[in-house]
Amino acid sequence: MNEISLNILDVAENSVSAGASLCEVDVLADTESDTLTVVIKDDGKGMSEEVVKKVSDPFYTTRTTRKVGMGTSLFKMAAEVTGGKFEICSALGAGTTVTAVFGLSHIDRMPLGDISSTIHTLMVMNTGLDWVYRFKFDENEFTVDTREIKEATDGVPIDDPDVSGFIRDMLRENHKECGADNL
Amino acid sequence: MKSIAELNAIRDRKKQAIDIREGGEKKYRVVVGMATCGIAAGARPVLTTISDMVQAEKLDDVIVQQTGCIGLCQFEPIVEVFEANDKKTTYCKVDASKAKEIVEQHLKRGQAVTEFMLSAADLEKAKA
Ligand SMILES: Nc1ncnc2c1ncn2[C@@H]1O[C@H](COP(=O)(O)OP(=O)(O)OP(=O)(O)O)[C@@H](O)[C@H]1O
Ligand SMILES: [Mg+2]
Repeated sequence: MNEISLNILDVAENSVSAGASLCEVDVLADTESDTLTVVIKDDGKGMSEEVVKKVSDPFYTTRTTRKVGMGTSLFKMAAEVTGGKFEICSALGAGTTVTAVFGLSHIDRMPLGDISSTIHTLMVMNTGLDWVYRFKFDENEFTVDTREIKEATDGVPIDDPDVSGFIRDMLRENHKECGADNL
Repeated sequence: MKSIAELNAIRDRKKQAIDIREGGEKKYRVVVGMATCGIAAGARPVLTTISDMVQAEKLDDVIVQQTGCIGLCQFEPIVEVFEANDKKTTYCKVDASKAKEIVEQHLKRGQAVTEFMLSAADLEKAKA
């Protein structure tokens, strides 16, 4: 992976697989604290303590014959090489929150990349659950909530070509205005 | 900043159109592998290229979907095209420009792009 937005796409797909009905994705960049924080929170089936350990430990994972997870451990490593933090908070039946904090100006931080495509793909290709996306870069921010979109379109589906195109354009334009292209 | 208020116009236009046009028949189902292996190999720009083109050119008979790992990681990004009669074409190591070609040739003209297809020889090699 060479973009943080690709990690987000990959890790958020786990929320879909976990049967979530709502997944919230936050991307928050803050110059003052020199951090880029990504939070992926779902209300899916959650994980036992044992699985959480396996998922976030790449060494543990490679030693098991069963293929348990590349996606999450790649995300973890990407954050940790930038002097950041990584945390999974999960319990069976109680959903999962994955938090990755990157050093914003750290030389090894991957670019955020095409975050508009990631969020658009998540929302339009996974219409069985709702998505709330929050983006903030210093004082500029915006939110896209598929529940609000559904209310506004009143029965026209999210993956309708025109609605989908609108969401894509809105994400691209708002990210651009908030300076996301510099991340 | 764009706001979802703009959706009202789309809604009104669509509501009228839906009444006239019964939900169109799908001729092609395009499936892009989007597991970790696919994403790491470059599947997202492939998916974006295909869905942008399908939307821009109003290919109403095409539906684009994503799937997980199909166990052929070394050939990712993989794009499968299913036709109404369940005929399946598997394209491997697709990038944005191949994706464009697949839309132009296969989805628009009905001609599979043989040179991008996963061959029996590839599969044999993979098993070896
Ligand atoms: N949000 C989540 N909710 C519930 N279980 C999860 C969640 N995220 C990860 N898991 C569990 O951890 C496992 C490992 O996740 P990880 O993303 O690392 O790999 P994977 O999705 O199994 O495969 P891939 O390498 O293709 O990503 C998952 O298979 C799942 O069992
Ligand atoms: Mg995964």
